[in-house]
Amino acid sequence: MATAQQLETTEESTPPEQMVDRSKGRLWPRYLVLALGALIFVFPFYYMLIGSLQKEPDTSLAGAVPTGGLTLDNYSQINDRLNLVQALANSGIFTGGVLLFTVVFGVLAGYALARLHFRGQGTLFAVMLLVQIVPFQLLVIPIYVMVVRTYGLADTYAGMILPFAINSTAVFIFRQFFMQLPEDLFSAARIDGAGEFRILWSIALPLVRPALVTALLLTFIGPWNEFLWPFLVTKEADMQPLAVSLANYISNIAGRAANPYGAILAGAVVLAIPAVVLFVAFQKHFTSSDLGSGVKG
Amino acid sequence: MKAEAETASTDKPSSSRSRRTAILGRQPLGLVFAAPYAVFLAAVFAYPLGLAVWISFQDYFFAAPGAQVDRPFVGLENYKTVLGDPAVRRSFLNVIQFLLINVPLTVVLSLVLASALNGAIRGRAALRVAYYIPYVTASVALVAVWLFLFSSGGMVNQLLGPLAPDPSWLVNSALAMPVIAIFVTWKQLGFFILLYLAALQNVPKELYEAAAVDGARRFRSFTNITVPGVRPATVLVVILATITGANLFTEPYLLTNGGGPDGASSSPVLVMYQKGIEQGNPDTASAIGVILVIGVLLISLVNRKLLERD
Repeated sequence: MATAQQLETTEESTPPEQMVDRSKGRLWPRYLVLALGALIFVFPFYYMLIGSLQKEPDTSLAGAVPTGGLTLDNYSQINDRLNLVQALANSGIFTGGVLLFTVVFGVLAGYALARLHFRGQGTLFAVMLLVQIVPFQLLVIPIYVMVVRTYGLADTYAGMILPFAINSTAVFIFRQFFMQLPEDLFSAARIDGAGEFRILWSIALPLVRPALVTALLLTFIGPWNEFLWPFLVTKEADMQPLAVSLANYISNIAGRAANPYGAILAGAVVLAIPAVVLFVAFQKHFTSSDLGSGVKG
Repeated sequence: MKAEAETASTDKPSSSRSRRTAILGRQPLGLVFAAPYAVFLAAVFAYPLGLAVWISFQDYFFAAPGAQVDRPFVGLENYKTVLGDPAVRRSFLNVIQFLLINVPLTVVLSLVLASALNGAIRGRAALRVAYYIPYVTASVALVAVWLFLFSSGGMVNQLLGPLAPDPSWLVNSALAMPVIAIFVTWKQLGFFILLYLAALQNVPKELYEAAAVDGARRFRSFTNITVPGVRPATVLVVILATITGANLFTEPYLLTNGGGPDGASSSPVLVMYQKGIEQGNPDTASAIGVILVIGVLLISLVNRKLLERD
């Protein structure tokens, strides 16, 4: 994930490369490829929604374009089994905790790494990069030993949040954006007698707001979608985030339900909607380069 | 690490100040700002990494918190156990099969779609969103649809009719792992498309214009300009896709019901979970983890060497 910086600097406004071929006719193969691709990417989402609304699973091709008989029964069925509200609240607390720690401590760390000179800065930066290469899953056993066995944090929000508390990719994005701000801005503020905290809060942060959005979006999908870790820490059903309780439903109970796929898909829709809505709403920020061009000039 | 002109030039450093600077750096406040993050990294990254290696050399087992137990050093015993275990060997072979399908497919599809998208004038934003939506959605939710699509009576088999595989996709030992590889390719592709899209902005436009003047067909300019132009991004894509593959857990756990049929789609992380937590052998599980990390690092190094030469 050390690529956030590259994502950030995408120049969406540059004229497309094939200004060279002027004939309109030669554009259609490109759009055919793109449209086919988009269909393959989006169809399962559409099918998820349709499947969740069908009373009986209809797997024929015609079933994908139902003409009637749609129902919300599957949603009440999954709600009876999982307590959707509780599961969503758990997902929300898990995700909210991670977002809070990332915003507070991640911004401070990103600012220090980009703009302050202190002992150990190089080491910290190197470790931050290393974290992005060594995947979390490989540390799962020792972290499980620590969190669950040594500190007894099983079935607590603290145990769930702890390993994810500060998202390193977000720290990296913050650092990159603080680095792009002109040095003059900082020396001027320092000469005027502003403290570092004041500079960070009232000068630097407002300028990097797009980075904040991007970093928060990326941080959001981590804990919201995470399965393995909360699955290991939570054994009590009423502590489980939605991803975990839905997964347990898929692997244990589904076989006994009247329309298992309908209920599973209804749960999947509920799990998918927040992330999809956020990314569609903020899609401009996800690759925006407005800040990059704003300060470089 | 910074080269910028600094505010220190405006100060008149006294001797005590310069000593402090030598020990703590020019802006010791940075230590305060960075401290929570540094403590966090030490606690949930550096220490567990060391602990994983240490556990893998012990006869380690779970005990009640605070209990004094003897956990003797056993050298390479855990590694011998693990490497002699057919289930573990199977899982590593599975992940190699996964990578052989997933990595080339990811590189080719994301580069082709990114360069098509790069040239598209209309609908760019909407298409981009369509491509990265699977990437931002939970695996658990997506697995649900794929289970529905690829079940024995599912839409894919309905479409194929008599051509449908028997046994069906997810319970067929020859097809379970390829389906998982394709699922992960599909899910992650949007992220790699964004990555290539960023890299394509750095390929000089003049090269394409010159090629067009020379009468090169579009396919030629793709292979001669685009592909070499984004080579650093390709290195990154290969490495990141490899890491994702090494992490495989949710998909075999849910899509093929715990790595089935009969271990045909098990992954090292799944076996780690089964051995370490379900069966209570964190020592052998840690050994699997250490082998996996070394494997990923080796693959990354070889990739860099192969792709970054000249």
